[in-house]
Amino acid sequence: MNSRTHFRLVVLYVLVGALLLVLMGRLWTMQVLQGAHYRQVAADNRTRDIVVPAVRGMILDDTGRPLVRNRTALVVSVDRTTLMRQKDHGAAVLARLAKVLGTDVGTLRNRVRLCGPSVPRPCWPGSPYQPIPVDDHVDDRRALQIVERQEDFPGVTAQMQAVREYPRPSGAGAAQVIGYLQPITQAELDRKKDLKVTGYAGADLIGRDGLEASYDEELRGTPGERTVLVDSQGRVTGTAKEKPPVPGGNLVTSINSQIQASAEKAIKDAVESARSQGRKADAASAVVMDVTNGHIAALASYPTYDPSIWTGGISQQQYDALLGKKEGQPLISRAIQGQYAPGSTFKISSVAAAVNDGYDLNGTYPCPGSYKVGSRAFTNFEGEEHGNMNLHQALVVSCDTIFYKFAYEQWLRDGGTHPKKHPSDPMVAMARHYGFGSKTGVDLPSEVAGRIPDRSWKRAYWNATKKADCKGAKQGYPEIAKTDPTRAAYLKAIAAENCAQGYAWRAGDAANLSVGQGDVLATPLQVARAFAAVANGGKLVVPRVGTAIVQPDGSRVQKIGAPPAPKLPVSPKVLAYIRSGLAGVVKSGTAAGAFSGFDDKKVQVAGKTGTAEVYGKDDTSWFASFAPVKNPRFVVVVMVSQGGQGAQAAAPAVRRIWESMYGLNGNKPALKDGKLPEALPKPADDGAGTAP
Amino acid sequence: MTARTTPLGGYRDRDVARWRRRASALRRLDWTMLLSVSALSVLGALLVRSATHRLLLEQGQDPNSFLDRHLLNLAIGIALCGLFTVLDYRLVRAYVPILFAVACLGLLAVLTPLGSTVNGSHSWIIIGGGFQVQPSEFAKVGLVVLLAMILGEPRDGEVGPGRRDILMALALAGVPAALIMLQPDLGTTLVFAAVVLGMLAVSGARKRWMAGLVGGGLAAGFCVWFFGLLKQYQIDRFTAFMDPHVDPLGAGYNAQQARIAVGSGGVTGRGLFHGQQTGGHFVPEQQTDFIFTVAGEELGFIGGALIVVLLGVILWRGLRTASQAADLFGTLVATGVVCWLAFQSFENIGMTLGIMPITGLPLPFVSYGGSATFANFIALGLLQAVHLRRRTFD
Repeated sequence: MNSRTHFRLVVLYVLVGALLLVLMGRLWTMQVLQGAHYRQVAADNRTRDIVVPAVRGMILDDTGRPLVRNRTALVVSVDRTTLMRQKDHGAAVLARLAKVLGTDVGTLRNRVRLCGPSVPRPCWPGSPYQPIPVDDHVDDRRALQIVERQEDFPGVTAQMQAVREYPRPSGAGAAQVIGYLQPITQAELDRKKDLKVTGYAGADLIGRDGLEASYDEELRGTPGERTVLVDSQGRVTGTAKEKPPVPGGNLVTSINSQIQASAEKAIKDAVESARSQGRKADAASAVVMDVTNGHIAALASYPTYDPSIWTGGISQQQYDALLGKKEGQPLISRAIQGQYAPGSTFKISSVAAAVNDGYDLNGTYPCPGSYKVGSRAFTNFEGEEHGNMNLHQALVVSCDTIFYKFAYEQWLRDGGTHPKKHPSDPMVAMARHYGFGSKTGVDLPSEVAGRIPDRSWKRAYWNATKKADCKGAKQGYPEIAKTDPTRAAYLKAIAAENCAQGYAWRAGDAANLSVGQGDVLATPLQVARAFAAVANGGKLVVPRVGTAIVQPDGSRVQKIGAPPAPKLPVSPKVLAYIRSGLAGVVKSGTAAGAFSGFDDKKVQVAGKTGTAEVYGKDDTSWFASFAPVKNPRFVVVVMVSQGGQGAQAAAPAVRRIWESMYGLNGNKPALKDGKLPEALPKPADDGAGTAP
Repeated sequence: MTARTTPLGGYRDRDVARWRRRASALRRLDWTMLLSVSALSVLGALLVRSATHRLLLEQGQDPNSFLDRHLLNLAIGIALCGLFTVLDYRLVRAYVPILFAVACLGLLAVLTPLGSTVNGSHSWIIIGGGFQVQPSEFAKVGLVVLLAMILGEPRDGEVGPGRRDILMALALAGVPAALIMLQPDLGTTLVFAAVVLGMLAVSGARKRWMAGLVGGGLAAGFCVWFFGLLKQYQIDRFTAFMDPHVDPLGAGYNAQQARIAVGSGGVTGRGLFHGQQTGGHFVPEQQTDFIFTVAGEELGFIGGALIVVLLGVILWRGLRTASQAADLFGTLVATGVVCWLAFQSFENIGMTLGIMPITGLPLPFVSYGGSATFANFIALGLLQAVHLRRRTFD
C-alpha cells in the first residue's frame, strides 16, 4: 500500500467520524435539548378538538305541546374545502353523490355554491368553512354507502343530527311567531366571537326571525368539547377529554295552540269571504292577548307559510314566494310589522283625550252628517246623520263628526294656522300614552313603531317631499292626465298645497288623527295593547310571547319577565265609561250584526269596529274587542287589509275566535275557567333528545 | 484439542490441517463487525415489528407478518454473507464483468414494462408471489467490485491509476448511474457518487480528478435544476427540506412528522412498541426509509445513539479492513463498501433529523426490505472476505 492511498484512507476515517459526530450532535439537540418542545408538538399532532353541538331547545305552547321540536335525521353534508382540493373541484364526487342520493348533479352543485349578489338560490348562505347539508332525509342504506366508501366521497359525511320539525299542534302554525333558522354567516361569526362553530353540518344555525331569533341564545345551548386522539389519517382512536354539551333550554310560550289555530283559521276565512264579496283582502292578522299581563295567546298573520321549507336548503322558487309581492310576502308578520290606519278603533284614545281636555264625559254633542273643518267638510261614514248624542252613543254608532269637532276646536285653541309656541295637541299626546307611534316592546324581532303624525313629523316629511311636490305643483301630472284628467288635477292641487304649506299642522290633520285616519298608522298588536289598557284599568302592558326558559331536565326554570307597564293618564271613571260604550257596540251598535246570536250569557264581549279608508285601496277592516265585559281577561283584535268594513270582515272573525276560546257554538273550549294555564307545563320529551 | 494429543496418520494429518485452517479462518473473521451487524439486525427486526404490527392488527392481518418476512430476509442475507466470505474475493474479481452486466441488465429491465413504481420511484421488478426486486441495490455491489477491479489493476511504479483506467471506470460507472437516474432515484445516484469519489481517492488518483468530478457534479446539478429535469415531487422535497413549514401537509409532511417523532422520544424514549407517533402512523414508510424515527421515538437518544455507534463501529472496522487488505483490490472493495454504507447511513438518519433532504434510501442492516438486506449482507461478506485474507505481520 503506497503512502497516498494510506493518507487518503486516514482522511476517510476522519470524514466518516465527522459525519457520525454530526448525527450524534443533531440527535442530542433534538432529543435532549428540544425534547420537551417536540413532545408538546407531538401531543398537538395527535389530538383534535371537536366541538359537540348542543341540541337546540324546543318551543312549546302554554300546555307544553311543542310548536317546534327536533327530529333525529341522518344528514348528508359536503365540505367545500375538501371538495375544492380535488383536481376537478369535486365534480366527480358530486356526480357520484347525486347518484346515491337520487338527485341530479346540477341541483347538488347549486346547493354547495356560495351565495352572492348574482347567485340565485339554492345556494349556501353560511360560512364557506362549514360543511353544507345537502340532504336530511337519507335512509340508513344510502348513508352507509357514503360512509363506507369514503375514498369515493372525500369531504362527504353522513351524521346523525337533530333537525327542526314543526308538529302543528291542533293545526297551529304560528310560522311568523316561531321564525326560522339559517346558517351562520361568516360576517356573524366574525362579529360574535363567542359563537362557537361546531363544524357539524346544519348545526351551526342561528335564529333569523321570530322567537328563534329573539331567544336564540337561550335556545342554542352551549356546545361541548371533546378532545380525541387521532392517527395520521384523522381516524379517531380514542377520547382524551370530554366536556359534554349543555342542551338549549326549552322556550315555553303563552301561545295556546287551539286559540292560535282558530285565529289562523278565522282570518283565513275572513280573507276568503271578503274576496268573495269583491274585496282585495290582501293580508290579515289576529292578536289574542291576556290583558292582565300581556301574554300573547295567539298571533296570526295571513298569508302564512310552512316553516319546514327552511330546513335543508330552500329553493329559489320557495324563497321568492316568501318575499314576493305577488304571494303577499308571507314572511312578514302583519301583527307586528304591518302598519295600517287604525280607523275608529282609535277613538278609545280620542274620547279620553277630549275628556281630559275638558269636554264633559256626560255631555251631549251634535253628530251631523258632515262637519266643516276650516273650509273643508269632513263627513261621517256614508254621510249618516245621528242628531245629538252622548259619548257612549258616539262610540256605539261610531260617529266621526263629534271627534272632528273636538279636534278642530283643540286645533283652534292651539293657535290654528298661527300655532302657539307650545301647542298642547291633546289627541296626539293621548295617542302616545296609548302606545301608538312607538314599539310595544314585544319579545319578537323587527317590530315596527307605527306612526302618530304630529307637527314635527309633518315638518320632517315636508322637508323630505317638498321637492317632488313643488315640481308636481308646477308641471302637473301630464302622464296621468292622458288617462285620468280629474285625478291629475286633484294630484296637482294636493301637490300645490303640500308644496306651499305642507309643513303646517293643519286643521284637517288634527281631524283625521282624531278618527285614526290620514297619516296615522298602527300595528294590530299596538291596537290590542291599547284595548288591553282600557280593559285592565289603564295598564299599558308590554306584550310577551315567551313565558319561561325551562332546562330540558327540568333543573332550572327561568321566568321571562316584562318591563313594568306604564299607566294611562286616564281616570278609572273614564275608562269604565269607554268600556260600557264598547259593550254597547257589540250589543246594539256597529258590531251587533256580526255578534247576533252570540251567547252573551256565557261571555259578554265589548269592542270597536274600524273602517279605515286608504287612498286608492279597499278599506282596512278592524275589530278590536275584549271580554268578559265585567272582568276583562283577554283582548282579541282582527285586522283585514283591504277587507272592507270592520263589521263585515273583521268582526265575524273576532266572534269565531271568542267562540273557540270559550267553547261556544259547538267548539271545545280552549280556556279553563276562562283562563289560560298559569303553571308552567312539563314538556313531554318528544324532542330529539340525543346529540349526534 | 484432540488433534495435538493424538498423532494421526498422513490422511488424517491433511484432515487436521484443513480443520485447523478452518478454525483459524473462523477466528480470523472480524467478530467486532459481525457482532455490531447482529446487534443492528436484532434492533432492526424489533423496530420493523413496532412500525408495522399495529397497522396490520387494524387491518385484521397477522401483526407479525412483516417481522416474519424480515427475519426470512435476514436469514437469506446471512447465507449470502457466508457465501461471499468463503469465496476468495480474488475469484470474485474474475466474475466482475458478469456480475456488473447482470446488475445493468436488471436496471434496464426496470425501465421496461417489467418494472413498477413504488412511492414515485420506478425502481422495482415484481417477480410475483409477493416478491419484488430492487436491482439498484445490487448495482451498488456491482459498482464497488467493478471500480475495485479497474482502479486496483496492478501497476508498476505509479502511485495512482492512469487516465485510461480512470476514464474507463467513470464510463462504466456512468451506465448504471444513468439508468438509476432515469427511474428516477436520486438517493442511489448520490450513493454512487460517494462510492466513485471515495474509491478514486483511495486508489490514489490525482486530486484534480476528484476536484473535476465534484465540480462536474455540481454543474450537472445546476443544469438539472435550471432545465427543470427534476420531477415536481423532488423539487417539493427539496424546498420542504429548506423550509419544512412551507407545506406541512404536503411535501414537508414527512420531514415534519419524522422530526416530531424523533424529537418527542427524549432521552429514554417512550418504550419499545409504545411510540405514539409511530402507533398513529404519522410517519409514512416507517418500516423502510423512516425506520430511524421508530428508534428515535421509542428508544430515545440512548437507542438512536446506539444505532449511530454501531454503524460507526462497522465503518471503522471496514476502514481498518481496507488498510490491512492484502492487495489494492481488497483495499478498494472495502473502501467502496464503507463509502456506500457511510453515505447511506448519514443520508438516511440525516433526513429524519432534518439535516438532509428526503430521498428513498433505507438504513443499512436496520430497515425492512429484501433487496437492500441482501445487498448489505453481500457487502458485509465482501468485507469479511477481505479481512479474512488480510496481510499478516506474524
